[in-house]
Amino acid sequence: MNAAMMLAPRTGGLAALALVVSLAPLTFPNAYFYDVAVNALFNAVVCVGLNLLVGYGGQISLGHAGFFALGAYGSAILTGTYGVPPVAALAASAAAVGALAFVVGRPILRLKGHYLAMATLGIGIIIHIVLKTESQVTGGPDGIGVDAFTVLGLAVAGDKAWYWVGAGLLVFAVWISLNLIDSPMGRALRAVHGSEVGAEVVGVDTGRYKVLVFTLSAVFASVVGSLFAHKNGFITPDIGSFFRSIELVTMVVLGGMASTFGAVVGAVILTLLPQLLASFEDYEAMVLGGIMMGTMIFMPKGLLPSLRAALKRRRAAA
Amino acid sequence: MTLLRIESLSKEFGGVHAIEDLSFVINPGTIHSIIGPNGAGKTTLFNLITGVYTPTSGRILLDDHDIAGKRPFELARLGMSRTFQNLQVFFNMTALENVMVGHHLHLDRRFLPSLFRLPAIARRDAEARAHCLELMAFVGIGRYGDADAASMPYGALKRLEIARALAARPRLLLLDEPAAGLNATESREIDEVIKKVAATGVTVVLVEHDMKMVMGISDHILALDYGRKLAEGTPAQVRANQDVVAAYLGAH
Ligand SMILES: Nc1ncnc2c1ncn2[C@@H]1O[C@H](COP(=O)(O)OP(=O)(O)OP(=O)(O)O)[C@@H](O)[C@H]1O
Ligand SMILES: [Mg+2]
Repeated sequence: MNAAMMLAPRTGGLAALALVVSLAPLTFPNAYFYDVAVNALFNAVVCVGLNLLVGYGGQISLGHAGFFALGAYGSAILTGTYGVPPVAALAASAAAVGALAFVVGRPILRLKGHYLAMATLGIGIIIHIVLKTESQVTGGPDGIGVDAFTVLGLAVAGDKAWYWVGAGLLVFAVWISLNLIDSPMGRALRAVHGSEVGAEVVGVDTGRYKVLVFTLSAVFASVVGSLFAHKNGFITPDIGSFFRSIELVTMVVLGGMASTFGAVVGAVILTLLPQLLASFEDYEAMVLGGIMMGTMIFMPKGLLPSLRAALKRRRAAA
Repeated sequence: MTLLRIESLSKEFGGVHAIEDLSFVINPGTIHSIIGPNGAGKTTLFNLITGVYTPTSGRILLDDHDIAGKRPFELARLGMSRTFQNLQVFFNMTALENVMVGHHLHLDRRFLPSLFRLPAIARRDAEARAHCLELMAFVGIGRYGDADAASMPYGALKRLEIARALAARPRLLLLDEPAAGLNATESREIDEVIKKVAATGVTVVLVEHDMKMVMGISDHILALDYGRKLAEGTPAQVRANQDVVAAYLGAH
Protein backbone atom coordinates (compact mmCIF):
# COMPACT_ATOMS: atom_id res chain seq x y z
CA MET A 1 0.00 0.00 0.00
CA ASN A 2 1.69 3.23 -1.07
CA ALA A 3 0.96 6.77 0.01
CA ALA A 4 -0.69 7.81 -3.25
CA MET A 5 -3.18 5.02 -2.96
CA MET A 6 -3.92 5.96 0.62
CA LEU A 7 -4.63 9.49 -0.47
CA ALA A 8 -6.94 8.33 -3.22
CA PRO A 9 -10.59 8.75 -2.30
CA ARG A 10 -12.55 5.74 -1.12
CA THR A 11 -9.69 3.25 -1.61
CA GLY A 12 -8.53 3.76 1.91
CA GLY A 13 -8.70 7.46 2.43
CA LEU A 14 -11.82 7.22 4.55
CA ALA A 15 -10.42 4.35 6.61
CA ALA A 16 -7.17 6.24 7.06
CA LEU A 17 -9.08 9.30 8.23
CA ALA A 18 -11.04 7.22 10.73
CA LEU A 19 -7.80 5.73 12.00
CA VAL A 20 -6.10 9.10 12.32
CA VAL A 21 -8.93 10.73 14.24
CA SER A 22 -9.18 7.65 16.48
CA LEU A 23 -5.49 7.63 17.33
CA ALA A 24 -4.86 11.37 17.37
CA PRO A 25 -5.83 11.80 21.06
CA LEU A 26 -2.85 9.57 22.01
CA THR A 27 -0.58 12.38 20.84
CA PHE A 28 -2.36 15.18 22.70
CA PRO A 29 0.09 16.80 25.12
CA ASN A 30 -2.61 17.83 27.63
CA ALA A 31 -6.33 17.85 28.25
CA TYR A 32 -6.58 21.44 27.06
CA PHE A 33 -5.57 20.25 23.62
CA TYR A 34 -8.92 18.51 23.21
CA ASP A 35 -10.55 21.90 22.97
CA VAL A 36 -8.29 22.91 20.08
CA ALA A 37 -8.79 19.53 18.44
CA VAL A 38 -12.57 19.86 18.55
CA ASN A 39 -12.32 23.25 16.87
CA ALA A 40 -10.08 21.71 14.22
CA LEU A 41 -12.64 18.96 13.58
CA PHE A 42 -15.51 21.42 13.43
CA ASN A 43 -13.63 23.67 11.01
CA ALA A 44 -12.77 20.63 8.93
CA VAL A 45 -16.44 19.68 8.57
CA VAL A 46 -17.38 23.21 7.47
CA CYS A 47 -14.47 23.18 5.01
CA VAL A 48 -15.47 19.81 3.54
CA GLY A 49 -18.83 21.40 2.74
CA LEU A 50 -17.32 24.65 1.53
CA ASN A 51 -14.90 22.74 -0.68
CA LEU A 52 -17.84 21.21 -2.53
CA LEU A 53 -18.87 24.73 -3.48
CA VAL A 54 -15.46 26.32 -3.96
CA GLY A 55 -13.15 23.49 -4.95
CA TYR A 56 -15.47 21.29 -6.96
CA GLY A 57 -18.17 23.71 -8.08
CA GLY A 58 -15.75 26.52 -8.87
CA GLN A 59 -17.89 29.10 -7.05
CA ILE A 60 -16.95 31.28 -4.10
CA SER A 61 -18.57 32.26 -0.83
CA LEU A 62 -17.18 34.91 1.46
CA GLY A 63 -20.20 34.63 3.71
CA HIS A 64 -20.18 31.11 5.04
CA ALA A 65 -19.40 32.14 8.61
CA GLY A 66 -22.81 33.82 8.45
CA PHE A 67 -24.50 30.46 7.88
CA PHE A 68 -22.40 28.97 10.65
CA ALA A 69 -23.51 31.75 12.99
CA LEU A 70 -27.17 31.37 12.00
CA GLY A 71 -27.01 27.68 12.90
CA ALA A 72 -25.36 28.55 16.21
CA TYR A 73 -27.87 31.26 17.10
CA GLY A 74 -30.78 29.17 15.84
CA SER A 75 -29.85 26.41 18.26
CA ALA A 76 -29.05 28.81 21.09
CA ILE A 77 -32.37 30.63 20.81
CA LEU A 78 -34.58 27.63 20.08
CA THR A 79 -33.19 25.62 22.99
CA GLY A 80 -32.68 28.52 25.40
CA THR A 81 -35.74 30.69 24.79
CA TYR A 82 -38.22 28.14 23.52
CA GLY A 83 -37.10 24.94 25.19
CA VAL A 84 -36.82 22.98 21.97
CA PRO A 85 -34.73 19.79 22.31
CA PRO A 86 -31.19 20.40 20.94
CA VAL A 87 -31.38 17.81 18.16
CA ALA A 88 -34.65 19.28 16.89
CA ALA A 89 -33.23 22.80 17.20
CA LEU A 90 -30.19 21.77 15.18
CA ALA A 91 -32.37 20.24 12.47
CA ALA A 92 -34.76 23.19 12.38
CA SER A 93 -31.88 25.68 12.16
CA ALA A 94 -30.23 23.67 9.40
CA ALA A 95 -33.52 23.53 7.47
CA ALA A 96 -34.02 27.27 7.85
CA VAL A 97 -30.44 28.05 6.79
CA GLY A 98 -30.82 25.68 3.86
CA ALA A 99 -34.01 27.44 2.82
CA LEU A 100 -32.35 30.83 3.13
CA ALA A 101 -29.32 29.71 1.10
CA PHE A 102 -31.60 28.25 -1.54
CA VAL A 103 -33.61 31.46 -1.88
CA VAL A 104 -30.68 33.89 -1.95
CA GLY A 105 -28.55 31.44 -3.93
CA ARG A 106 -30.79 31.59 -6.98
CA PRO A 107 -30.14 35.22 -7.91
CA ILE A 108 -26.63 35.39 -6.47
CA LEU A 109 -25.10 32.39 -8.19
CA ARG A 110 -25.88 33.86 -11.58
CA LEU A 111 -23.01 36.19 -10.78
CA LYS A 112 -19.44 35.21 -11.43
CA GLY A 113 -16.01 35.94 -10.02
CA HIS A 114 -15.65 39.18 -8.11
CA TYR A 115 -19.37 39.92 -8.30
CA LEU A 116 -20.25 36.62 -6.67
CA ALA A 117 -17.60 37.22 -4.03
CA MET A 118 -19.07 40.65 -3.27
CA ALA A 119 -22.63 39.34 -3.09
CA THR A 120 -21.78 36.49 -0.71
CA LEU A 121 -19.69 38.91 1.31
CA GLY A 122 -22.84 41.01 1.56
CA ILE A 123 -24.89 38.09 2.89
CA GLY A 124 -22.31 37.40 5.57
CA ILE A 125 -22.14 41.03 6.60
CA ILE A 126 -25.92 41.37 6.80
CA ILE A 127 -26.19 38.26 8.98
CA HIS A 128 -23.40 39.52 11.22
CA ILE A 129 -25.06 42.92 11.63
CA VAL A 130 -28.49 41.45 12.31
CA LEU A 131 -27.06 39.18 15.02
CA LYS A 132 -25.35 42.20 16.55
CA THR A 133 -28.26 44.61 16.48
CA GLU A 134 -31.29 42.43 17.19
CA SER A 135 -30.19 42.23 20.81
CA GLN A 136 -33.65 41.37 22.16
CA VAL A 137 -33.47 38.03 20.42
CA THR A 138 -29.75 37.45 20.06
CA GLY A 139 -28.33 39.16 23.09
CA GLY A 140 -26.50 41.62 20.85
CA PRO A 141 -22.73 42.10 20.78
CA ASP A 142 -22.39 40.72 24.31
CA GLY A 143 -23.43 37.29 23.13
CA ILE A 144 -25.74 34.66 24.49
CA GLY A 145 -25.37 31.59 26.68
CA VAL A 146 -26.19 28.16 25.30
CA ASP A 147 -27.41 25.06 27.13
CA ALA A 148 -25.63 21.74 27.00
CA PHE A 149 -26.31 19.42 24.09
CA THR A 150 -28.48 16.53 25.27
CA VAL A 151 -29.71 13.54 23.34
CA LEU A 152 -32.41 11.44 25.03
CA GLY A 153 -31.47 12.90 28.39
CA LEU A 154 -27.76 12.24 27.93
CA ALA A 155 -25.59 15.37 27.83
CA VAL A 156 -22.48 15.65 25.69
CA ALA A 157 -20.22 16.96 28.41
CA GLY A 158 -16.58 17.89 28.26
CA ASP A 159 -14.12 18.38 25.41
CA LYS A 160 -13.35 14.67 25.26
CA ALA A 161 -16.97 13.78 24.48
CA TRP A 162 -17.14 16.59 21.95
CA TYR A 163 -14.00 15.29 20.31
CA TRP A 164 -15.74 12.02 19.46
CA VAL A 165 -18.83 13.84 18.23
CA GLY A 166 -16.65 15.99 15.98
CA ALA A 167 -14.62 13.01 14.80
CA GLY A 168 -17.74 11.02 13.92
CA LEU A 169 -19.25 13.98 12.14
CA LEU A 170 -16.09 14.57 10.13
CA VAL A 171 -15.86 10.96 8.95
CA PHE A 172 -19.52 11.13 8.00
CA ALA A 173 -19.08 14.46 6.17
CA VAL A 174 -16.07 13.17 4.24
CA TRP A 175 -17.98 10.03 3.28
CA ILE A 176 -20.91 12.13 2.02
CA SER A 177 -18.56 14.39 0.10
CA LEU A 178 -16.70 11.51 -1.56
CA ASN A 179 -20.00 9.89 -2.53
CA LEU A 180 -21.39 13.05 -4.03
CA ILE A 181 -18.30 13.87 -6.05
CA ASP A 182 -18.31 10.46 -7.69
CA SER A 183 -22.03 10.50 -8.55
CA PRO A 184 -23.79 11.86 -11.65
CA MET A 185 -24.70 14.93 -9.60
CA GLY A 186 -21.16 15.46 -8.48
CA ARG A 187 -19.75 15.08 -11.97
CA ALA A 188 -22.28 17.60 -13.23
CA LEU A 189 -21.14 19.95 -10.49
CA ARG A 190 -17.49 19.58 -11.42
CA ALA A 191 -18.41 20.04 -15.07
CA VAL A 192 -19.93 23.41 -14.14
CA HIS A 193 -16.47 24.32 -12.90
CA GLY A 194 -14.79 22.98 -16.04
CA SER A 195 -17.04 24.66 -18.61
CA GLU A 196 -20.52 25.94 -17.95
CA VAL A 197 -21.53 25.98 -21.58
CA GLY A 198 -19.98 22.56 -22.13
CA ALA A 199 -22.11 21.20 -19.29
CA GLU A 200 -25.29 22.95 -20.44
CA VAL A 201 -25.27 21.53 -23.94
CA VAL A 202 -25.34 17.97 -22.63
CA GLY A 203 -28.30 18.74 -20.40
CA VAL A 204 -26.82 19.96 -17.12
CA ASP A 205 -28.96 22.65 -15.52
CA THR A 206 -25.93 24.54 -14.25
CA GLY A 207 -27.94 27.05 -12.22
CA ARG A 208 -29.66 24.27 -10.31
CA TYR A 209 -26.42 22.54 -9.37
CA LYS A 210 -24.81 25.74 -8.23
CA VAL A 211 -27.75 26.52 -5.94
CA LEU A 212 -27.86 22.95 -4.70
CA VAL A 213 -24.22 22.85 -3.66
CA PHE A 214 -24.42 26.33 -2.17
CA THR A 215 -27.37 25.15 -0.08
CA LEU A 216 -25.65 21.92 0.91
CA SER A 217 -22.50 23.72 2.01
CA ALA A 218 -24.58 26.23 3.99
CA VAL A 219 -26.33 23.34 5.76
CA PHE A 220 -22.94 21.83 6.66
CA ALA A 221 -21.92 25.17 8.17
CA SER A 222 -25.20 25.51 10.05
CA VAL A 223 -25.03 22.05 11.61
CA VAL A 224 -21.49 22.65 12.80
CA GLY A 225 -22.52 26.08 14.05
CA SER A 226 -25.26 24.49 16.17
CA LEU A 227 -22.85 21.98 17.70
CA PHE A 228 -20.23 24.66 18.26
CA ALA A 229 -22.76 26.77 20.18
CA HIS A 230 -23.59 23.92 22.53
CA LYS A 231 -19.99 22.91 22.96
CA ASN A 232 -18.83 26.43 23.72
CA GLY A 233 -21.78 27.25 25.97
CA PHE A 234 -21.54 30.86 24.91
CA ILE A 235 -21.51 32.59 21.50
CA THR A 236 -21.11 36.12 20.20
CA PRO A 237 -21.97 37.54 16.77
CA ASP A 238 -18.28 37.53 15.88
CA ILE A 239 -18.42 33.82 15.09
CA GLY A 240 -20.18 35.06 11.93
CA SER A 241 -17.76 37.84 11.12
CA PHE A 242 -16.21 38.56 7.77
CA PHE A 243 -12.83 37.44 9.08
CA ARG A 244 -14.20 34.04 9.98
CA SER A 245 -15.56 33.65 6.45
CA ILE A 246 -12.20 34.52 4.98
CA GLU A 247 -10.52 32.11 7.36
CA LEU A 248 -12.76 29.26 6.16
CA VAL A 249 -12.02 29.94 2.49
CA THR A 250 -8.31 30.18 3.30
CA MET A 251 -8.42 26.74 4.91
CA VAL A 252 -9.95 25.25 1.77
CA VAL A 253 -7.48 26.95 -0.53
CA LEU A 254 -4.46 26.12 1.61
CA GLY A 255 -5.33 22.43 1.92
CA GLY A 256 -6.16 22.09 -1.73
CA MET A 257 -9.19 22.98 -3.77
CA ALA A 258 -11.19 20.10 -5.20
CA SER A 259 -9.71 17.75 -2.66
CA THR A 260 -11.92 16.58 0.20
CA PHE A 261 -8.98 15.47 2.31
CA GLY A 262 -7.16 18.65 1.37
CA ALA A 263 -9.95 20.69 2.93
CA VAL A 264 -9.56 18.65 6.12
CA VAL A 265 -5.80 19.15 6.14
CA GLY A 266 -6.14 22.88 5.53
CA ALA A 267 -8.66 23.26 8.35
CA VAL A 268 -6.55 21.29 10.80
CA ILE A 269 -3.36 23.18 9.96
CA LEU A 270 -4.88 26.62 10.19
CA THR A 271 -6.60 25.75 13.46
CA LEU A 272 -3.47 24.30 15.05
CA LEU A 273 -0.91 26.71 13.62
CA PRO A 274 -1.80 29.65 15.88
CA GLN A 275 -1.28 27.32 18.86
CA LEU A 276 2.10 26.20 17.59
CA LEU A 277 3.10 29.74 16.75
CA ALA A 278 2.07 31.08 20.13
CA SER A 279 5.73 31.33 21.09
CA PHE A 280 6.24 33.87 18.31
CA GLU A 281 3.74 36.05 20.15
CA ASP A 282 3.55 39.37 18.32
CA TYR A 283 4.84 37.90 15.10
CA GLU A 284 2.29 35.10 15.03
CA ALA A 285 0.02 36.75 12.47
CA MET A 286 2.99 37.63 10.29
CA VAL A 287 4.39 34.10 10.33
CA LEU A 288 0.94 32.78 9.51
CA GLY A 289 0.59 35.23 6.62
CA GLY A 290 4.04 34.30 5.39
CA ILE A 291 3.27 30.61 5.39
CA MET A 292 0.09 31.21 3.46
CA MET A 293 1.77 33.41 0.86
CA GLY A 294 4.55 30.86 0.47
CA THR A 295 2.04 28.07 -0.07
CA MET A 296 0.15 30.00 -2.70
CA ILE A 297 3.33 30.94 -4.56
CA PHE A 298 4.97 27.52 -4.47
CA MET A 299 1.92 25.25 -4.31
CA PRO A 300 -0.93 27.18 -5.90
CA LYS A 301 -3.07 24.06 -6.02
CA GLY A 302 -2.84 23.69 -2.26
CA LEU A 303 -0.98 21.27 -0.04
CA LEU A 304 -2.58 17.92 -0.74
CA PRO A 305 -2.98 18.12 -4.55
CA SER A 306 0.63 19.35 -4.83
CA LEU A 307 1.81 16.50 -2.66
CA ARG A 308 -0.14 13.99 -4.71
CA ALA A 309 1.25 15.39 -7.96
CA ALA A 310 4.78 15.13 -6.57
CA LEU A 311 4.19 11.50 -5.59
CA LYS A 312 2.83 10.75 -9.04
CA ARG A 313 5.87 12.32 -10.66
CA ARG A 314 8.22 10.39 -8.46
CA ARG A 315 6.46 7.14 -9.27
CA ALA A 316 6.57 7.92 -12.98
CA ALA A 317 10.29 8.60 -12.71
CA ALA A 318 10.97 5.40 -10.78
CA MET B 1 -41.38 16.57 -41.85
CA THR B 2 -38.51 18.87 -41.06
CA LEU B 3 -36.47 18.47 -37.92
CA LEU B 4 -35.21 22.01 -37.69
CA ARG B 5 -36.62 25.11 -39.37
CA ILE B 6 -34.87 28.46 -39.27
CA GLU B 7 -37.05 31.45 -40.20
CA SER B 8 -35.62 34.92 -40.93
CA LEU B 9 -33.10 34.54 -38.16
CA SER B 10 -30.92 37.50 -37.24
CA LYS B 11 -28.27 38.13 -34.61
CA GLU B 12 -26.55 41.45 -34.07
CA PHE B 13 -23.56 42.20 -31.87
CA GLY B 14 -23.56 45.95 -31.37
CA GLY B 15 -23.93 46.78 -35.05
CA VAL B 16 -22.25 43.64 -36.41
CA HIS B 17 -24.78 41.50 -38.26
CA ALA B 18 -23.36 38.08 -37.47
CA ILE B 19 -26.49 36.40 -38.86
CA GLU B 20 -28.89 38.30 -41.08
CA ASP B 21 -32.35 37.25 -42.22
CA LEU B 22 -31.39 33.61 -42.62
CA SER B 23 -33.91 30.87 -43.45
CA PHE B 24 -33.37 27.19 -44.15
CA VAL B 25 -34.55 23.76 -43.07
CA ILE B 26 -32.78 20.63 -41.92
CA ASN B 27 -34.39 17.29 -42.68
CA PRO B 28 -34.00 14.36 -40.33
CA GLY B 29 -31.45 11.68 -41.07
CA THR B 30 -29.21 13.87 -43.22
CA ILE B 31 -25.73 15.28 -42.97
CA HIS B 32 -26.14 19.00 -43.39
CA SER B 33 -22.99 21.07 -43.75
CA ILE B 34 -22.59 24.78 -43.21
CA ILE B 35 -19.64 26.40 -44.92
CA GLY B 36 -18.38 29.93 -45.30
CA PRO B 37 -15.26 32.05 -44.88
CA ASN B 38 -13.94 33.04 -41.45
CA GLY B 39 -16.40 35.29 -39.67
CA ALA B 40 -19.31 34.22 -41.87
CA GLY B 41 -21.43 33.49 -38.81
CA LYS B 42 -21.29 29.69 -38.66
CA THR B 43 -20.47 29.44 -34.98
CA THR B 44 -22.97 32.17 -34.17
CA LEU B 45 -25.61 30.13 -35.96
CA PHE B 46 -24.71 27.08 -33.83
CA ASN B 47 -24.91 29.20 -30.70
CA LEU B 48 -28.36 30.41 -31.71
CA ILE B 49 -29.66 26.94 -32.53
CA THR B 50 -28.36 25.44 -29.27
CA GLY B 51 -29.65 28.25 -27.08
CA VAL B 52 -26.27 29.68 -26.12
CA TYR B 53 -27.32 32.99 -27.75
CA THR B 54 -30.83 34.39 -28.10
CA PRO B 55 -31.77 35.67 -31.57
CA THR B 56 -32.20 39.39 -32.20
CA SER B 57 -35.16 38.40 -34.36
CA GLY B 58 -36.55 35.43 -36.24
CA ARG B 59 -37.63 31.98 -35.19
CA ILE B 60 -36.06 28.56 -34.67
CA LEU B 61 -38.44 25.60 -34.75
CA LEU B 62 -37.56 22.11 -33.60
CA ASP B 63 -40.22 19.58 -34.61
CA ASP B 64 -42.36 22.61 -35.53
CA HIS B 65 -42.17 24.03 -31.99
CA ASP B 66 -40.63 27.42 -31.42
CA ILE B 67 -37.61 26.96 -29.16
CA ALA B 68 -36.95 30.66 -28.65
CA GLY B 69 -35.65 31.51 -25.19
CA LYS B 70 -34.93 27.91 -24.23
CA ARG B 71 -31.66 27.35 -22.42
CA PRO B 72 -29.08 24.91 -23.83
CA PHE B 73 -29.79 22.27 -21.15
CA GLU B 74 -33.48 22.34 -22.06
CA LEU B 75 -32.65 21.86 -25.72
CA ALA B 76 -30.37 18.98 -24.78
CA ARG B 77 -33.42 17.34 -23.25
CA LEU B 78 -35.18 17.78 -26.59
CA GLY B 79 -32.38 15.87 -28.30
CA MET B 80 -29.75 18.42 -29.28
CA SER B 81 -26.07 18.08 -28.58
CA ARG B 82 -22.97 19.75 -29.92
CA THR B 83 -19.22 20.20 -29.92
CA PHE B 84 -17.30 23.46 -29.87
CA GLN B 85 -14.80 25.02 -32.22
CA ASN B 86 -12.86 26.38 -29.24
CA LEU B 87 -12.80 23.35 -26.95
CA GLN B 88 -15.17 23.31 -23.99
CA VAL B 89 -13.67 20.27 -22.32
CA PHE B 90 -13.89 19.80 -18.54
CA PHE B 91 -10.17 20.01 -17.90
CA ASN B 92 -10.66 19.40 -14.19
CA MET B 93 -11.89 15.86 -14.88
CA THR B 94 -10.72 12.64 -16.49
CA ALA B 95 -11.50 11.82 -20.11
CA LEU B 96 -14.02 9.19 -19.09
CA GLU B 97 -15.70 11.53 -16.62
CA ASN B 98 -16.09 14.08 -19.41
CA VAL B 99 -18.00 11.54 -21.46
CA MET B 100 -20.02 10.45 -18.44
CA VAL B 101 -21.17 14.03 -17.96
CA GLY B 102 -22.41 13.76 -21.52
CA HIS B 103 -24.56 10.86 -20.36
CA HIS B 104 -26.00 13.03 -17.55
CA LEU B 105 -29.61 13.00 -18.74
CA HIS B 106 -29.71 9.21 -18.78
CA LEU B 107 -28.35 8.74 -15.26
CA ASP B 108 -29.84 8.62 -11.78
CA ARG B 109 -29.55 12.18 -10.52
CA ARG B 110 -31.50 11.96 -7.26
CA PHE B 111 -29.92 13.95 -4.46
CA LEU B 112 -30.17 11.77 -1.35
CA PRO B 113 -29.33 8.47 -3.08
CA SER B 114 -26.24 10.24 -4.47
CA LEU B 115 -25.17 11.46 -1.02
CA PHE B 116 -25.41 7.97 0.45
CA ARG B 117 -24.29 6.20 -2.70
CA LEU B 118 -27.14 3.73 -2.70
CA PRO B 119 -26.53 0.56 -4.74
CA ALA B 120 -28.76 1.86 -7.54
CA ILE B 121 -26.40 4.78 -8.10
CA ALA B 122 -23.29 2.62 -8.04
CA ARG B 123 -24.78 0.08 -10.44
CA ARG B 124 -26.00 2.64 -12.96
CA ASP B 125 -22.63 4.38 -12.76
CA ALA B 126 -20.82 1.16 -13.55
CA GLU B 127 -23.05 0.64 -16.59
CA ALA B 128 -22.52 4.22 -17.71
CA ARG B 129 -18.78 3.76 -17.35
CA ALA B 130 -18.79 0.77 -19.65
CA HIS B 131 -21.05 2.50 -22.17
CA CYS B 132 -18.92 5.66 -22.20
CA LEU B 133 -15.72 3.66 -22.64
CA GLU B 134 -17.33 2.08 -25.70
CA LEU B 135 -18.12 5.52 -27.06
CA MET B 136 -14.54 6.59 -26.49
CA ALA B 137 -13.31 3.57 -28.39
CA PHE B 138 -15.83 4.36 -31.14
CA VAL B 139 -14.33 7.83 -31.73
CA GLY B 140 -10.79 6.45 -31.42
CA ILE B 141 -9.71 7.55 -27.95
CA GLY B 142 -10.26 4.26 -26.15
CA ARG B 143 -6.81 4.28 -24.63
CA TYR B 144 -7.39 7.50 -22.68
CA GLY B 145 -9.98 6.10 -20.23
CA ASP B 146 -8.91 7.42 -16.87
CA ALA B 147 -6.37 9.91 -18.18
CA ASP B 148 -6.83 13.50 -17.08
CA ALA B 149 -8.39 15.52 -19.86
CA ALA B 150 -5.76 18.18 -19.22
CA SER B 151 -3.02 15.76 -20.27
CA MET B 152 -4.54 14.84 -23.66
CA PRO B 153 -3.33 16.11 -27.03
CA TYR B 154 -5.50 18.44 -29.09
CA GLY B 155 -6.70 15.86 -31.59
CA ALA B 156 -7.85 13.55 -28.81
CA LEU B 157 -9.70 16.42 -27.13
CA LYS B 158 -11.63 17.10 -30.33
CA ARG B 159 -12.74 13.47 -30.31
CA LEU B 160 -13.46 13.63 -26.62
CA GLU B 161 -16.02 16.35 -27.29
CA ILE B 162 -17.63 14.19 -29.96
CA ALA B 163 -17.84 11.26 -27.54
CA ARG B 164 -19.33 13.51 -24.88
CA ALA B 165 -21.93 14.82 -27.32
CA LEU B 166 -22.78 11.28 -28.43
CA ALA B 167 -23.16 10.15 -24.82
CA ALA B 168 -26.16 12.46 -24.59
CA ARG B 169 -27.84 10.31 -27.29
CA PRO B 170 -28.85 13.26 -29.47
CA ARG B 171 -31.25 13.24 -32.39
CA LEU B 172 -29.55 16.35 -33.71
CA LEU B 173 -25.78 16.57 -33.42
CA LEU B 174 -23.99 19.81 -34.27
CA LEU B 175 -20.24 19.61 -34.90
CA ASP B 176 -18.28 22.85 -35.10
CA GLU B 177 -15.09 22.22 -37.06
CA PRO B 178 -14.39 18.71 -35.74
CA ALA B 179 -11.40 18.31 -38.06
CA ALA B 180 -9.73 21.66 -37.41
CA GLY B 181 -6.12 21.18 -36.45
CA LEU B 182 -6.08 17.51 -37.39
CA ASN B 183 -3.85 15.92 -40.00
CA ALA B 184 -5.21 14.23 -43.11
CA THR B 185 -5.33 10.76 -41.57
CA GLU B 186 -7.10 12.00 -38.47
CA SER B 187 -9.56 13.97 -40.62
CA ARG B 188 -10.47 10.83 -42.51
CA GLU B 189 -11.06 9.01 -39.23
CA ILE B 190 -13.41 11.75 -38.04
CA ASP B 191 -15.08 11.51 -41.42
CA GLU B 192 -15.76 7.83 -40.78
CA VAL B 193 -17.09 8.52 -37.31
CA ILE B 194 -19.53 11.12 -38.63
CA LYS B 195 -20.76 8.74 -41.33
CA LYS B 196 -21.28 5.97 -38.80
CA VAL B 197 -23.18 8.29 -36.47
CA ALA B 198 -25.40 9.49 -39.31
CA ALA B 199 -26.02 5.88 -40.32
CA THR B 200 -27.63 5.29 -36.93
CA GLY B 201 -30.27 7.89 -37.79
CA VAL B 202 -28.76 10.89 -36.02
CA THR B 203 -29.10 14.13 -37.97
CA VAL B 204 -25.71 15.79 -38.23
CA VAL B 205 -25.06 19.48 -38.78
CA LEU B 206 -21.45 20.04 -39.66
CA VAL B 207 -19.39 23.21 -39.82
CA GLU B 208 -16.09 22.48 -41.49
CA HIS B 209 -13.44 24.20 -43.56
CA ASP B 210 -12.06 20.90 -44.88
CA MET B 211 -13.79 20.97 -48.27
CA LYS B 212 -12.79 17.45 -49.12
CA MET B 213 -14.62 16.21 -46.05
CA VAL B 214 -17.63 18.46 -46.61
CA MET B 215 -18.09 17.57 -50.27
CA GLY B 216 -17.59 13.89 -49.51
CA ILE B 217 -20.08 13.31 -46.76
CA SER B 218 -22.77 15.99 -46.98
CA ASP B 219 -26.29 15.41 -48.22
CA HIS B 220 -26.93 19.11 -48.22
CA ILE B 221 -24.74 22.20 -47.94
CA LEU B 222 -25.54 25.75 -46.87
CA ALA B 223 -22.98 28.42 -47.74
CA LEU B 224 -22.89 31.57 -45.63
CA ASP B 225 -21.12 34.85 -46.15
CA TYR B 226 -21.40 37.86 -43.84
CA GLY B 227 -24.27 36.17 -42.02
CA ARG B 228 -26.36 35.75 -45.15
CA LYS B 229 -27.21 32.75 -47.25
CA LEU B 230 -24.95 32.62 -50.27
CA ALA B 231 -26.05 29.34 -51.75
CA GLU B 232 -27.71 26.09 -50.78
CA GLY B 233 -28.11 22.63 -52.27
CA THR B 234 -26.33 19.39 -52.95
CA PRO B 235 -22.53 19.36 -52.90
CA ALA B 236 -22.47 19.44 -56.70
CA GLN B 237 -24.81 22.42 -56.85
CA VAL B 238 -22.89 24.40 -54.25
CA ARG B 239 -19.53 23.62 -55.82
CA ALA B 240 -20.79 24.95 -59.13
CA ASN B 241 -22.20 28.13 -57.63
CA GLN B 242 -20.36 31.23 -58.84
CA ASP B 243 -20.97 33.21 -55.63
CA VAL B 244 -19.48 30.47 -53.52
CA VAL B 245 -16.43 30.24 -55.72
CA ALA B 246 -16.02 34.02 -55.59
CA ALA B 247 -16.42 34.19 -51.81
CA TYR B 248 -13.83 31.49 -51.31
CA LEU B 249 -11.39 32.91 -53.82
CA GLY B 250 -11.88 36.31 -52.24
CA ALA B 251 -11.22 34.97 -48.79
CA HIS B 252 -8.12 32.99 -49.61
N1 LIG C 1 -20.00 37.12 -28.74
C1 LIG C 1 -19.73 37.94 -29.76
N2 LIG C 1 -19.65 39.27 -29.55
C2 LIG C 1 -19.40 40.11 -30.58
N3 LIG C 1 -19.21 39.71 -31.85
C3 LIG C 1 -19.27 38.41 -32.12
C4 LIG C 1 -19.54 37.45 -31.10
N4 LIG C 1 -19.56 36.22 -31.66
C5 LIG C 1 -19.30 36.40 -32.96
N5 LIG C 1 -19.14 37.72 -33.25
C6 LIG C 1 -18.89 38.27 -34.58
O1 LIG C 1 -19.82 37.70 -35.44
C7 LIG C 1 -19.21 37.39 -36.69
C8 LIG C 1 -19.40 35.93 -37.00
O2 LIG C 1 -18.57 35.18 -36.12
P1 LIG C 1 -18.59 33.60 -36.05
O3 LIG C 1 -17.69 33.20 -34.96
O4 LIG C 1 -19.98 33.14 -36.00
O5 LIG C 1 -17.93 33.21 -37.45
P2 LIG C 1 -17.55 31.79 -38.03
O6 LIG C 1 -18.24 31.64 -39.31
O7 LIG C 1 -17.76 30.73 -37.03
O8 LIG C 1 -16.00 31.99 -38.29
P3 LIG C 1 -14.78 30.94 -38.19
O9 LIG C 1 -14.76 30.17 -39.46
O10 LIG C 1 -13.57 31.80 -38.06
O11 LIG C 1 -15.01 30.09 -36.99
C9 LIG C 1 -17.78 37.84 -36.60
O12 LIG C 1 -17.68 39.14 -37.16
C10 LIG C 1 -17.52 37.88 -35.13
O13 LIG C 1 -16.56 38.84 -34.81
MG1 LIG D 1 -16.61 29.43 -36.03
